[in-house]
Amino acid sequence: MLSAQDMQEAAAHGRAVKAVYVYEAPVRLWHWVNALAITVLAITGWFIASPLPSQPGEASENFLMGYIRFAHFAAGYVLLIGFLGRVYWAFVGNHHARQLFVLPIFNGTWWKEVLFELRWYLFLERDPKKYVGHNPLAQFSMFTLFLTTVVFMMVTGFALYGEGAQEGSWSHTLFTSWVIPLFGQSQDVHTWHHVGLWVMVLFVLLHIYAAIREDIMSRQSLVSTMLSGWRMFKDDKP
Amino acid sequence: MVETFYEVMRRQGITRRSFLKYCSLTAASLGLGPAFVPKIAHAMETKPRTPVLWLHGLECTCCSESFIRSGHPLAKDAVLSMISLDYDDTIMTAAGHQAEAILDEVMTRYKGNYILAVEGNPPLNQEGMSCIIGGKPFLEQLKHVAKDCKAIISWGSCASWGCVQAAKPNPTQATPVHKVIFDKPIIKVPGCPPIAEVMTGVITYMLTFDRIPELDRQGRPKMFYGQRIHDKCYRRPHFDAGQFAEAWDDEGSRKGYCLYKMGCKGPTTYNACSTVRWNGGVSFPIQSGHGCIGCSEDGFWDKGGFYDRVTGIQQFGVESSADQVGGAVVGVVGAAVVAHAAVSAIKQSRSKQSDSNDKQG
Repeated sequence: MLSAQDMQEAAAHGRAVKAVYVYEAPVRLWHWVNALAITVLAITGWFIASPLPSQPGEASENFLMGYIRFAHFAAGYVLLIGFLGRVYWAFVGNHHARQLFVLPIFNGTWWKEVLFELRWYLFLERDPKKYVGHNPLAQFSMFTLFLTTVVFMMVTGFALYGEGAQEGSWSHTLFTSWVIPLFGQSQDVHTWHHVGLWVMVLFVLLHIYAAIREDIMSRQSLVSTMLSGWRMFKDDKP
Repeated sequence: MVETFYEVMRRQGITRRSFLKYCSLTAASLGLGPAFVPKIAHAMETKPRTPVLWLHGLECTCCSESFIRSGHPLAKDAVLSMISLDYDDTIMTAAGHQAEAILDEVMTRYKGNYILAVEGNPPLNQEGMSCIIGGKPFLEQLKHVAKDCKAIISWGSCASWGCVQAAKPNPTQATPVHKVIFDKPIIKVPGCPPIAEVMTGVITYMLTFDRIPELDRQGRPKMFYGQRIHDKCYRRPHFDAGQFAEAWDDEGSRKGYCLYKMGCKGPTTYNACSTVRWNGGVSFPIQSGHGCIGCSEDGFWDKGGFYDRVTGIQQFGVESSADQVGGAVVGVVGAAVVAHAAVSAIKQSRSKQSDSNDKQG
């Protein structure tokens, strides 16, 4: 279903609605940088919790754990800075850039659309609908599974980072000082940060599956949209 | 007449020379420069000895055992010269009514000026009957003595967090001091037991500067609990190098590699073990080849295995780690995704068929 604003955009371009520019360059760039950072964070994070077999030789000749941790922290910084940039773009970008951050939970029609999408995924609807941005169910899972998880991971992650950076560092002041007492102790923060990894893996699994499935089965482009920014529609029907 | 520290020391036959030596040793053990030696000396010459009342609740006396082994300063110096340890039912000579009378005497004579040291904690269930001192529940004694004190020192993990007697299901409802006393400054000195020199160091600091040491958000003195054991561990180079003991009797264990994979809690434990060490600086658990169990951390007794790196999630009510729970969930969802993809493929091919049928028809 095309919103009034989308139709206006299309009309302004003076042609039939076959394609709409949805994801601006900064959003696309963020998406892929973010995906890369999360991949690096997940892999290095796994090896921080369950380190590789011991390295032979002198301790001074090896720095494996140090490099793994460095990659984890560097990717963490990329994730955080990218996220801050993404938040900024939600303010200055087009209205699709805000979809990730705001759930229209007081909008009855939106909830109906969520149910419709659920029915579509349960094979109870024969034909899918058209969406310019995220479909409502996708928006819902983006917010609950991705946004909350990534914020949780950044807060707990930098709280743990601040433990090593120690008092006086920005991460200790901003995060460690209140996150550790909130959870009780450091080991708990480690444990829940680890649980967060699995939630993120779960999200990635569903996200990639849904994107590929909808690219094939729905009436619009999905995967290429995140590359080019243009949402293509496969038919002219409303 | 209230005696000063110096007067007490002189009365005990300590020469001025020894007294000054003692001041410089104390300054050194607190990490202070030589300029602080005259300050300490001056404080001890002019300040009256601070009375300390040392109460014992539900505990195992390991804090006292640790305290009397302090080397810098010696526990006897702390007890006989620095503070006036007027009540400590474990090591005092007086007993019975005579002992209990001292509490009231100090409380009236030094109202608002004595330090309350608490070892152990009060149990709240069964009307406090699990710990009776002088015929009354410990909670009553604690609240009574805390009423007029200047500050409270919570010795050890019992008084600070609850420790093993508060482990699930905590049948006596053993409760740390800060959850029953709210109107006094509380200095937590956690550990099971705390390091002897940390205990005497905290007392010395409070007497010397007449204020409580700077505390972190959880109420622990920053000077001893500001860093993790991991941050100053002598095995840290092996951690960074990726060299770990994988079993208690393997080559890595013999070579003194990092005990991270054996569940060492050094990376999550705030204490001074790796710097101050134990028994006069002889050793500490990791140096002896066993991982840290995190005994100075809140709830260390309920955090799953001492020998697991990724510990259990108690909130789920079962001893399963993040990897077990997460792996199972991702496995189930992964299988669901595969099944869903299969059904989707069938649907897609059917709808294509019907589309082409439509066109033919």
